[in-house]
Amino acid sequence: MQIIISNSSNEPIYEQIYSQIKRHILTNELKSGQALPSMRQLAKELDISVITTKRAYEELERNGFIYSVVGKGSFVSEQNNEMIKERKMKVVEEQLLSAVQNSKEIGLSLNELLDLLTMLYREEL
Amino acid sequence: MENVIELKQVHKSFPNFQVKDLSFSVKKGFVTGFIGGNGVGKSTTIKMLMNLLQPDAGTISIFGMNYNKHEKEIKQRIGFVYDENVFYEQSTMLDMRSIMKSAYAKWDDELFHYYVKEFELPIKQKIKSFSKGMMMKASLALALSHHAELIIMDEPTSGLDPIFRRELLDILHSFMQDGEKTIFFSTHITTDLDRIADYITFIHNGELMFSKEYYQIEEEYAIIKGATELLDRDTEKEFIAIRRSNHGFEALTSNKAQASHLFGDSVLLEKPSLEDIMYYTKKGAEGGAAINT
Repeated sequence: MQIIISNSSNEPIYEQIYSQIKRHILTNELKSGQALPSMRQLAKELDISVITTKRAYEELERNGFIYSVVGKGSFVSEQNNEMIKERKMKVVEEQLLSAVQNSKEIGLSLNELLDLLTMLYREEL
Repeated sequence: MENVIELKQVHKSFPNFQVKDLSFSVKKGFVTGFIGGNGVGKSTTIKMLMNLLQPDAGTISIFGMNYNKHEKEIKQRIGFVYDENVFYEQSTMLDMRSIMKSAYAKWDDELFHYYVKEFELPIKQKIKSFSKGMMMKASLALALSHHAELIIMDEPTSGLDPIFRRELLDILHSFMQDGEKTIFFSTHITTDLDRIADYITFIHNGELMFSKEYYQIEEEYAIIKGATELLDRDTEKEFIAIRRSNHGFEALTSNKAQASHLFGDSVLLEKPSLEDIMYYTKKGAEGGAAINT
């Protein structure tokens, strides 16, 4: 599992860890049931404090991405609805982004694009 | 969470200086960095933690015990690392081993040899010929070899080169792996704390400024930079101290959310370093919030 920490970023370090592990889970790079390194091990490897990794893990756990078993460590959760939804959201975002780019290339305005999207959504086209 | 060290309303007076109403705790399984300028009471506090000085009032408990009744038990479980040479001039690491072995019930020869090898320390050479870095490693090897649960260090990184400082942090990271150990150390090289400290305890003029989780500091404090026109009697109250120049102001706030709400996009908000916090707190305590440059 790759985690790259920037010390000069304005984003707190625990958030950087949180979002990177989350991304690994959403992209299925970390599979459900897979064990994560212990908080202390990760802190040592990333050369940061234990409380930072603890905070990231707690946040991941609160949002259902991982679960912990006392004495055994933390594991990636089974894919739940929230995660599937989030993954789909990401795909939708990417597809919309490419639609926006294509629209800009041909000079389609935001309103025109919105009209088109509305029609498509309501299945009027 | 369990507290390994607990200070309650500790007072200690000297002719020119006093530690006042000091209360804080150190959590088991974590690293607490103890910061503050020179002569603000860091070493006095550490000496009280080691029972080298006794408080005039207040209580100090370590592992839930106090020195009056359980000095021996407490000392057995602490590894103390000084910034000065506390070894006998002529002694070698082998001599020190014999001394430590007779003093500590849980002394572990195997562990000692492991650390001596790991830290590349010559065991038959007189310790007085060691470099500052080797001396620190020697002190640490001895402290770690009797299965101490609490490591207390007074300025362990001062006078060490950056490479060794980083090695030291690696050693400390390894030491913390099982979650049973606790480290409390004073330093004014605050960048070392970024890499390892879970909690920060900050004292100034013998008084506690704060003791909190490191990330909480980032969330509460901010450096605000902006045009001098933004400052007036009301807005100035938001700051611990303000540094003005002809080109704008820079100030520290401990209420990031409110300052951000008040000034909006008209100012620059930055993450403060511990040095910033120490500097502005000192200036703020010295007299009003204004620092003119």
